[in-house]
Amino acid sequence: MSDIKYSKEHEWLKLDGDIATIGITKHATEMLGDIVFAELPEKGSSVEKNGTAGVVESTKAASDVYTPISGEVVDTNQTIVDDPSKINADPEGEAWFFKLKIKDIKELDALMNKDDYDKFAKESSQ
Amino acid sequence: MIKKTSLYNLHKKHNAKLIEFAGYEMPIQYKDGIIQEHKFTRSNCGIFDVSHMGQLFIYGKENLTKDLENIFPIDLKKLNLNQSKYSFLMDENACIHDDLIITKISEGYLIILNAACKEDDLRIIKKKLNNNYDLQLKEDLSLIALQGPRAKDILEKKVEGVSKLKFMNGGNFKFSDINIFITRSGYTGEDGFEISIKNNYVEKFVEEMLSNGSKMIGLGARDTLRMEAGLCLYGNDIDKNTTPIEANLKWAISKNRIDTNYPGSKIIKKQIQSGVEKIRVGIKPENRVIARGNTKIFSNEDKEIGKITSGTFGPSVDHSIAMGYVNNQYSDLNTKLFLEVRGKKIPANVCNLPFYKKNYFKGEINV
Repeated sequence: MSDIKYSKEHEWLKLDGDIATIGITKHATEMLGDIVFAELPEKGSSVEKNGTAGVVESTKAASDVYTPISGEVVDTNQTIVDDPSKINADPEGEAWFFKLKIKDIKELDALMNKDDYDKFAKESSQ
Repeated sequence: MIKKTSLYNLHKKHNAKLIEFAGYEMPIQYKDGIIQEHKFTRSNCGIFDVSHMGQLFIYGKENLTKDLENIFPIDLKKLNLNQSKYSFLMDENACIHDDLIITKISEGYLIILNAACKEDDLRIIKKKLNNNYDLQLKEDLSLIALQGPRAKDILEKKVEGVSKLKFMNGGNFKFSDINIFITRSGYTGEDGFEISIKNNYVEKFVEEMLSNGSKMIGLGARDTLRMEAGLCLYGNDIDKNTTPIEANLKWAISKNRIDTNYPGSKIIKKQIQSGVEKIRVGIKPENRVIARGNTKIFSNEDKEIGKITSGTFGPSVDHSIAMGYVNNQYSDLNTKLFLEVRGKKIPANVCNLPFYKKNYFKGEINV
């Protein structure tokens, strides 16, 4: 199963076995503007559902990145730390933020599919 | 009610993201975004709508020069016709109520004021002049900044003779058949011009500049450009709690005015002679972390020694940059500091301003 799920905090999540890859959505990058700084969680650390798991800063402001589910951070994408402009260029592809070994697959039930998220994003930006 | 400039419709046409700034609905950015707009200004020519700023005309003869010297700490007698100088409106404690550009014009003086301060400034200046002069804060004029290495060529095509102006000098020019007043100045660290033009012609003027290769630039890039150029933003880097000496802007106080009277003159003289407790410095974090306004500054010994007043990522210097006030003993070049960002202490160093070297045309050495 590899369909993509979305959170109300504008993160996306792609599940592969028990590993979830997480990043921020294209809509989020459009709201933020040019991203110039990214901070990621520590590899090996545990993160809790809806907790802070990173920071992005645009030329305008700093924003927290939340994790939509709980788990252990097994990998982080250092290329976006070195070149944060990659996040604007390919937010839902190459510019993933971190990978989690998930704790409870039921947590994914609260997330949205693409259609619902697109609708949510459109409404919340109005 | 929120005000609009005469270019409001043009901003919308160019897909501007609009925000409220100093009571006006202004463009923070257009579709290219802040970084592209910033870099375009540095390499080409950006147009900025700064019509929210105050254009205060004061009409009068010799007595006006004398009376204005009682308000501003500059040697106005030495100012040539159409020459501009940077100055301040200060209170008796030498605290800055506004920073401004004053230009001598044939009918008197033109003062460019910050949007958020202009009404207050008008009241203060009027009172200090004992209502003896005609003061007009013009609402029928727009103000446009054209900035960047190509500004001179783009403007010259439509306004003949303008490229001969020297930095911080201005003059009356013609655009088509209408009179406009132009100074060679700006707020980006680039060569450029500020154009004062009647509201009903401004859109046509800007369209002409756009069709000659210029692009609209928002307030977001204006802020990153001025920070790279080490320039202060009123309300952030200078305000009613800072003096020009603390702000490291001593150069703007005319030397032969130091012993004369103006609001705050005693304190300015004392601060020049015996120094200040806190002073504005340039600060460069050692990594990409951005230290924005109000970030606490710590010394090597973990003592709190000041605050950041402006910070951003500088697109042209490709580095995080900031400025702020530190206790004077920590203001030496290369002093190691720590900036508290999200609970972490980020190493940083005191550095020279500007971060980005300026390209003024025959620029006076005044920074």
